Amino acid sequence: MATEEHSEGGLVFHPLDQFIVKPLFGDGPVHWYTPTNVTLWMGIAILCIIGIFVMGSRGRATIPTRLQSIGELIYGFIYKMVEDVTGKDGVKYFPYIMTLFVFILFANYLALLPMSYSATSMIAVTAIMGFGVFIAVTILGFVLNGAAFLGLFWMKDAPLVLRPIIAVIEVISYFVRPVSHSIRLAGNIMAGHAVIKVFAGFAALTLVSPVAILGITAIYGLEVLVAGIQAYVFTILTCVYLKDALHPAH
Amino acid sequence: MATDTTEATAGACVDAGGSAIGMPQLCADWMPNQIFWLVVSLIVIYFVLSRIALPRIGAVLAERSGTITNDIAKAEDLKIQAVEAEAAYEKALADARAEASKIVAEARAAIQSDLDAELAKADAQISAQTAESEKAIAEIRASATDSIKTVAKDVAKSLVSAMGGTADAKTVTAAVTAKMKG
Repeated sequence: MATEEHSEGGLVFHPLDQFIVKPLFGDGPVHWYTPTNVTLWMGIAILCIIGIFVMGSRGRATIPTRLQSIGELIYGFIYKMVEDVTGKDGVKYFPYIMTLFVFILFANYLALLPMSYSATSMIAVTAIMGFGVFIAVTILGFVLNGAAFLGLFWMKDAPLVLRPIIAVIEVISYFVRPVSHSIRLAGNIMAGHAVIKVFAGFAALTLVSPVAILGITAIYGLEVLVAGIQAYVFTILTCVYLKDALHPAH
Repeated sequence: MATDTTEATAGACVDAGGSAIGMPQLCADWMPNQIFWLVVSLIVIYFVLSRIALPRIGAVLAERSGTITNDIAKAEDLKIQAVEAEAAYEKALADARAEASKIVAEARAAIQSDLDAELAKADAQISAQTAESEKAIAEIRASATDSIKTVAKDVAKSLVSAMGGTADAKTVTAAVTAKMKG
């Protein structure tokens, strides 16, 4: 979007303009309920999810169709992840983790379409998910284990002298979790998209445009990987935090 | 994104030219909107997944693994049956072979005994005939000796008389008999 303003000769970089929230209808102010481009692309993600998981599995075929295979693959992948990381008793939280994973996955990949909006690049979005996981896991930990949940911070294997120091470090790292959890996702997606825009800005110069376009292609390829990997990382960290809540003893 | 960024209203986060002021991510004016629609999206996705998609896919996967397990068990059964059938076939073959060799041995024994009986009979017949023949030969020989004796006496009598002597029958006979014994 940065190069749309044709200033005479000079390069114009507005790599962050792609993240501007705009109302879908009219130019009014953005209230909390206003349908915006965020709404549109989250809605498209929901439609894709319904398309793959509901329409794709409509046949309930023992020998799956292609679309059903994709749905089953994602299902199996996340199910196995939840089971491996959190154990058998974590399986009942599988739908929540699956919800997070498919939302992030589809939002990330849809953001790679030209002219699309990257919902997962917004810190508000990822922070709600990150802090949501944090608060849910913490409450779950105390509900399931009571005060024993605090044993998470008290390393029984460490020498007694070190234990209070380790406990302080553990507490700090525990409260940093949601921050890193959410900023990791938003930062990766935002940085990748902004870098693509910067390369796109350089493409206005005839001399460097081949390099710039090569750069866009390369970063795009990288972003395709990042989109999947960040969805995976967010999900597996959610599983790890959940495991701490279910089994606080180290 | 729409291309008419110049028309965007200037606000706390967008300047008059339609560009973002600072990071749009940090614009507090827009956060409630994103949060609201995120929560709506997550709730919709959660209900779609947990009510429809996940149970359905889980059922399909369970059914498939059940089918596969059943098919494998069935294949195992069939394999065991095939092995049993092969064993039965081998046993039948061995039985048949044993039966056949038994029959052959019996037949050989029967033939042998028949043959022995025939041979013994033939031997007996041959020896009987031999004895008979020997008797006949002995008779013939005896009768020949008698004839020779008679002829010799006659010849001797005739010789004696022809030489002018008187042939005493008794003497001649005794002389011939003595000669023939010698």
